[in-house]
Amino acid sequence: MDRRLFVKLTGLGALGLAARPALDLFAAAEIPAHSPLAQRRWAMVMDLRKCQEAGDCEVCIAACHQAHNVPKMDRPDEEIKWVWKESFHHTFHDQEHPYLDEQLRHGPVLVTCNHCENPPCVRVCPTQATWKRDDGIVMMDWHRCIGCRYCIVGCPYGSRSFNWQDPRKHLAEPHKDFPTRTKGVVEKCTLCEERLTRNQLPACVEACPAGALVFGDLGDPDSPVRELLKSRYTLRRKPNLGTQPQVYYIV
Amino acid sequence: MPPDFRKIVFGLVIFLILVTLPLWTNLLRGTAPLEDPEISTRDVPGKDRCVREAEYMKANHMDLLNEWRETVVRDGERGFVTVDGRHFDRSLDRTCMDCHNKQEVFCDRCHNALAVSPYCWDCHIGARETKDGSTALR
Repeated sequence: MDRRLFVKLTGLGALGLAARPALDLFAAAEIPAHSPLAQRRWAMVMDLRKCQEAGDCEVCIAACHQAHNVPKMDRPDEEIKWVWKESFHHTFHDQEHPYLDEQLRHGPVLVTCNHCENPPCVRVCPTQATWKRDDGIVMMDWHRCIGCRYCIVGCPYGSRSFNWQDPRKHLAEPHKDFPTRTKGVVEKCTLCEERLTRNQLPACVEACPAGALVFGDLGDPDSPVRELLKSRYTLRRKPNLGTQPQVYYIV
Repeated sequence: MPPDFRKIVFGLVIFLILVTLPLWTNLLRGTAPLEDPEISTRDVPGKDRCVREAEYMKANHMDLLNEWRETVVRDGERGFVTVDGRHFDRSLDRTCMDCHNKQEVFCDRCHNALAVSPYCWDCHIGARETKDGSTALR
């Protein structure tokens, strides 16, 4: 082998080394988010008719807020909420028209964190106090939250609340098994991650007397959520934003 | 001898008195006696020993708790097996405070004496017992 050939071959080898990471990058990007490789992808389906037929029922909200020590604030602008009721107009303002069924249009819609596939709150969090877990839950680490409220601005669904005051003073009977938060921390629904590890359904799903809330794994084609999504037409909130919410509504 | 010698010495004396003032006040007032923490272990069936030996816990419980915090919150892994094969939950409220159920004497006594203020109890309810045996907020 002469010197010229040696230099050529070395150059080719170096090129191959440089191309390898680039190839890996493309290969990784081709695995779809819902592949069977992703073990679990939690999602929720809410049946609005069933929910609205129950009238003023707020059992799910009470169950959630009790289980997670969510305080009841005096001032509405300091309100803390993990799951709450919103008007159809506010929830689906881009999918509303004047000839909608009256019950649907005037009835409240249960809303919570959508545990988006592409969560804007996670993108803007400077401390990674909020992040998306492998199972799709947009989780919060209250130890790490610095209270900058970028996530509140980032979330297009208003799913996040800020503790303007010490929440403990507004809790009548704190639930011992779940921590409270402190002043200066953002909080939101965690899809009952602490209950899921104990093989329990989320508190709201378990509490709903009408069976309007269905929770399950999108990665499993036979799961109840997949069955419902297949058999019924569902809406998602603000789908045009590209956040890919994982709370689906049957209207 | 510099012309301001007396003034300088006077200033130095004042300075020394001010700097050593904490020592004098402590000598005069006396320091609070450092009480040993009360281990205050409640008998819980199946939990006869701590997750680690006492020597380790005395020196490193804060590291263990930090590690548990990261593992539970960030990785979602709650279950935990000790070196000798016992199963626990990584949980301050459910595991630690379940046995060591008197926070005032087990945690606070030492922390207060050493002027350490861990922020665990800002959020975690802890186990401050009230008269009726239920837990109460600070």
